[in-house]
Order: sequence, then structure tokens, then C-alpha cells
Amino acid sequence: MNFSEFFAMNGRAFYVWGSFGAFAIALTVEVVLLRLRAKKAATAAADAAAAQQ
Amino acid sequence: MNVYKYASPVTFYPLAGKLIPYFAVIAAALGIAGLYLGLFLAPVDFQQGEVYRIIFIHVPASWMAMVIYLVMAAYGVLALSFNTRLSSMMMEALAPTGAMFTVLALWTGALWGKPTWGTYWVWDARMTSTLILLFLYVGYLALTHAIEDKKRADKAGALLVIVGSINVPIIYFSVRWWNTLHQGASVTVTGSKMATIMALGMLIMALACWAYSIAVALVRVRAIILEREQEARA
Repeated sequence: MNFSEFFAMNGRAFYVWGSFGAFAIALTVEVVLLRLRAKKAATAAADAAAAQQ
Repeated sequence: MNVYKYASPVTFYPLAGKLIPYFAVIAAALGIAGLYLGLFLAPVDFQQGEVYRIIFIHVPASWMAMVIYLVMAAYGVLALSFNTRLSSMMMEALAPTGAMFTVLALWTGALWGKPTWGTYWVWDARMTSTLILLFLYVGYLALTHAIEDKKRADKAGALLVIVGSINVPIIYFSVRWWNTLHQGASVTVTGSKMATIMALGMLIMALACWAYSIAVALVRVRAIILEREQEARA
């Protein structure tokens, strides 16, 4: 099996890669957004702690 | 060691931080193994051809959609009966991931339905009840964000999730109770109707999704703990 055959999925590429692609995008977006949120929360907490001292 | 002490956000925060890398690594390793098995090792299905490979993400996503909801409902019971803040925070941490897996279950199901049934969507009992599950997740998120008083928001959210949990057995048994276009269960507690390698690929992908969900929920609950601390101070 070569690569173009693999990507063609025997004519079902749209459905197979549409599913796996959406899955990969959704998880990546969640991780990226979550990292931003976690960073923001940590910075705010550190600022508040510094302001208290 | 006192286990109950981890019910407090302050002591849970560092513990969650220590656990995250383990679950993240497990999720990545199992995810790579599961995809390799599902996309390269598992043979073509003799009836459906290549398109059946959607099963390796469709089934784990659907399982997670239901399991995360049940875990949220369990935290909801804890939150209402013991008034534990961490339980409500865990609910808030799990909901976005549960909603995401529900969307993925519906999306991959539609893309699988078109070539095999000839349609992206029908108002079939399983699909309709899964759509209701998505509305429950979205409803929980909307409700808890709409109420300003955090304590009241937590209580209302817990109540909504607990009441809505009746929908999960309906999804699960829908293929038995009604005559659905959606096929019956391929894997049950008593065994599997699938070829071993296909079942194994699905199981590994499901475990990867479990580990992923735990890692993500722990990262999110840590952010929530910090955010709520800030709000309490303000």
C-alpha cells in the first residue's frame, strides 16, 4: 500500500478524513484554549499574591 | 493519610498538578497506538470497506460523551449532598470536554451515516437522544454562566445535570428499546461481535480518550480553582 492509496481510503477519503480531521482539530483547539486559560489564571493569581505583599 | 483532605481545592490543586503529566503521556501513547492499529493494522471491513474506520473515533467519542455526563452527575450528587466546592468545580471542568465529545460523536456519526445509510441525519432514537445530551451539556454551561452568584449557579447546574442523567440510559438502550436505523451494540460486557484487532483498536482509543479527558479536566479544574479564588477576593 502506498501513501496516495492510503489517503484515498478507497474513495471514502471525505468521510474518513472528515471524521479523523474533525477529531484532531477539536482536541487541538481544546488544548490550546485551555493552555491560554490556565496561563491567564496563573498570571492573575501571581499578580494578586504579589500585590498582597 | 486522610483521603478526605483532597476534597478541599487547596490540597487538591498540587495533587492534580502532579497527576496531569502522567495522564497526558498515557493519552498520547495510547492515542498513537490506537490510531496505528485502527488505520494501518486493522483490515478492511468486508461489508463497509474503508469507511468503517470511523468506528475507532466514533465509538470512543460516544462513550466519553455518556461517561463524562455520568461522572458530572455523580459530582452533582456530591455537590448537593455534602456541599463540596470541589465537586462543583469538577463539574464545570468536565462539561466543555463532554460537550466536545458529544459534538464529535454526532459529527463522525453523520459522516459515517451518509455512505452507509445514505443520509447524514435521521430522527432515530439514538441520534435524537444524543442530540438531547448535547443540549444538556450546553444547557448546563449556559445556566451556570448566567447565574452570577456562584453558589446558586453550582446548585442549579448540579440539579440540571442530575435530572438530565435519565437521558444516558435512554441513549444506551435506545437501540434495543426502539427499532432504530442505528445498529445495536457491537461490544457489551459479555463480549464483542467484532474481530479482535478491531475491538482492540477501539478499546485502546477509548482508553486514550479517558486519559485525555482526565488530563484536560485536571488542567481546567486548576484554572477554575485559581479563577474562583480571584473572584472571591475581588
